Amino acid sequence: MKALKFISAALALCILALPVWAEVKIKEVVSPGGITAWLVEDHSIPFTALELRFRGGTSLDQPGKRGATYLMAGLLEEGAGGLAAQDYARELESLAARFSYDADRDTVSISAQFLSENRAEAVDLLRLTIHEPRFDQDALDRVRAQVLAGLRSDEKDPNEIASRAFSKMAFGDHPYGSEGEGTIDSVSALTRQDMFDAHEAAFARDRLFVGAVGDITAEELGALLDELLGDLPATGAPIPGPAEVAIDGGVTVIDYDTPQSVALFGHVGIDLDDPRYFAAYLLNQVLGGGSFNSRLMTEVREKRGLTYGVYSYLVPRDLAAVYMGSVASDNSKIAETVEVIQTEWARLATEGVSEKELADAKTYLTGAYPLRFDGNSRIASILAGMQMDDLPIDYVVTRNDKVNAVTLEEVNRVAREILLPEKLHFVVVGRPEGLQSTN
Amino acid sequence: MIQRITRAAAVVATLLAVEAAVPETGLMVAQARADSGATQPTADDLVTSFTLENGMQVVVIEDHRAPVVQHMVWYRAGSADEPIGQSGVAHFLEHLLFKATDTLEAGELSATVAANGGRDNAFTSYDYTAYFQRVASDRLDLMMQMESDRMVNIRLTGRDIETEREVILEERNQRTDSEPRSLFREQMNAAQYLNHRYGQPIIGWRHEMEELDMEDALSFYGTYYAPNNAILVVSGDVTPDEVRSLAEKHYGKIPANPDLPERMRSQEPPQTAARRLVYKDARVAQPYMQRSYLAPERDSGAQEQAAALYLLAELLGGGSTSYLTNALQFDQQVAVYTGAFFSGVSLDDTTFDFLIVPGADVSLEEAEAALDETFARFLEEGVDETQLERIKLQLRASEIYARDNVDGIANRYGRALTSGLTIEDVQAWPQILQSVTADEIIAVAREVLRPEVSVTGWMMRDEEVSQ
Repeated sequence: MKALKFISAALALCILALPVWAEVKIKEVVSPGGITAWLVEDHSIPFTALELRFRGGTSLDQPGKRGATYLMAGLLEEGAGGLAAQDYARELESLAARFSYDADRDTVSISAQFLSENRAEAVDLLRLTIHEPRFDQDALDRVRAQVLAGLRSDEKDPNEIASRAFSKMAFGDHPYGSEGEGTIDSVSALTRQDMFDAHEAAFARDRLFVGAVGDITAEELGALLDELLGDLPATGAPIPGPAEVAIDGGVTVIDYDTPQSVALFGHVGIDLDDPRYFAAYLLNQVLGGGSFNSRLMTEVREKRGLTYGVYSYLVPRDLAAVYMGSVASDNSKIAETVEVIQTEWARLATEGVSEKELADAKTYLTGAYPLRFDGNSRIASILAGMQMDDLPIDYVVTRNDKVNAVTLEEVNRVAREILLPEKLHFVVVGRPEGLQSTN
Repeated sequence: MIQRITRAAAVVATLLAVEAAVPETGLMVAQARADSGATQPTADDLVTSFTLENGMQVVVIEDHRAPVVQHMVWYRAGSADEPIGQSGVAHFLEHLLFKATDTLEAGELSATVAANGGRDNAFTSYDYTAYFQRVASDRLDLMMQMESDRMVNIRLTGRDIETEREVILEERNQRTDSEPRSLFREQMNAAQYLNHRYGQPIIGWRHEMEELDMEDALSFYGTYYAPNNAILVVSGDVTPDEVRSLAEKHYGKIPANPDLPERMRSQEPPQTAARRLVYKDARVAQPYMQRSYLAPERDSGAQEQAAALYLLAELLGGGSTSYLTNALQFDQQVAVYTGAFFSGVSLDDTTFDFLIVPGADVSLEEAEAALDETFARFLEEGVDETQLERIKLQLRASEIYARDNVDGIANRYGRALTSGLTIEDVQAWPQILQSVTADEIIAVAREVLRPEVSVTGWMMRDEEVSQ
């Protein structure tokens, strides 16, 4: 076997006053067959977590086939090779391995955990799953019924109603404008052949990203990758182009008989590779980044008791970026809630953040970063995600420096640039008192 | 694969976590999994425990892979300990513990945790209230300083009471009143328990929540918040010696409450009549049927019956090879989803639950009949030994995977120790599960799952009335 190529990034870094981070050594492993993976070896627990990501996701659905990728991913555990659904499930159980599958707008992902004692058998089964799914008609019909049941529930779920309306408004006919689960009509019409087509479109080496953590050496991983993924086709289906974000300021009220209104709000956002991203990330931490102490939580919850929770978040997807937020308030209070959020959004755009707010946001974000690396599966997922985002292998070491390097002037300039109070659109689902659609 | 309908989470948290904060806030399935216990010597090797002089129990779970620590304080006080007429006060108080103390301003504790890069939250259930921070391990001293402070020193204002009461009412709006599944579950629980406080929702009935005041909150606080009613659970990159010296410094100085009441709740009388209910709501898209049976919980030194019930639930409804799934989803194809659940960690009687979501052209009546027939057939046929062995194998493997998440192990101990179990019980549980026989499972099924202790609920779509 050819020698594996290693790039070792030793991560002994110091984060402000926080202690030296335990050595999390990320190696780049290139298999003999040329498949790249990032690996963190840790032999303290006898299992391995493996994360496989394929770029494209549900946005690969062909016209009229909405929901095909999602349903295909759900069918991967329903039999492969010579094993029908329940034989397959029994086999997986007898190995005590854990495989899970997911499909979102940008990615189809496979997360696997398997014991060291029967790693070879587990990898054989996973290989069968990826290369020889059966998509049996009875399994298709059974899982389709589950998807349809979910879609019917979504039609009555205020959060889902709001989310669908917001996506449609923001992205129109682009795949981002509709849900990857599909519609009742589109899913009802999907065939077995559609599953094979979606499978062929999604799984290819040109869009593959791999993270591995646990009780496995680089050499073992290299061999595993070739066996598991070496036979994948070189290329998959073309990925759609960027979506145009079309959000104008205003309010859309969707009538729904429920005591509490749900609101989603947002406008165009900022891409992950935008040089202003770190400034924007810090800015959002101050505005509504999920702590008790954000401006939105302070004004809407702590001071006024208008909600249980209010959040804002940057959503930089592969094909478009939006800046969004969410809140839920009693029908009698949602109008005031919307007003407070609009005021805070505008106040932050014009006044910016204070020196102290920025310092607090930096300490929080830099201190919280190492806390993410808890557990093999979590780290495997982070490693695959970093590669998808085209981050360098030493990013884990440099990331906090980049956060700390952001200046107050920069954040406040970015605040003026990316917070667009006049573009902020609220989609409200409920029976809000004193709130009407603006157009 | 796709499952959205499960029992409403039996935990109410202070801050709606954007990321799932604790395993308990997850689905019932996750709760059941968390019960699987630890196989010696793997996970238990990491666990040390001792008791401070004032009676505060301490559990330390070591994992030195990353310089992170989770610091938790669990109180043996939950919604089932509330005075009659004050449902929701345990959870209300949990929110109020984030307000001021003698030395901390309102919100300062969370702000300090955040300023140190950490995350904090709290949650309330029937049998416990717990507070936690997850932070770099060299910040443990500061966390203990603040957590021990609010054990006895909160200072509330009238305005705190008013605004935070609005917040918990919005929380009820969001988690319960906007969720037909939660409203249905609330009715099911109320029907299941004839006399025990488990019949009252953790978050409280709205009309009682609206009346909660300062006196109610402080009375609950004064009664139950004391070191001799608390358990400190620290997991992560710490040693037992470090934890002991810090715990003695911060918690050790707080005197025990000599008047701590014994935990005596009103117990269930014999249940002698099967109950049925129908819940209708215009917001229901997918009707389903749920049945619960009053069932024995894990008792200290006597966990065998609960272990058999746990395995029964796994055999009947744990995944796609289980008996109900096989019969109702694969063979007869009358259901889109079936499940069987048992959560044995509870101070008093718990429940064993069935759930069936009928297929598109199947009525609830037909689905229920199919479930009943299938369960009867299971009892006749007996347990499939190979399936039982596969389940036991997976339980053993789950101990290996569990070591990847010591915070999960910390939760396991916190829940158990506030629910009447001991550390020895927690550590014995995996072996007890392994020793359960097929005959014992059938015997416990016949003994416990009797119609007269059951509640059967139909969750139905109410025909919409257009405005």
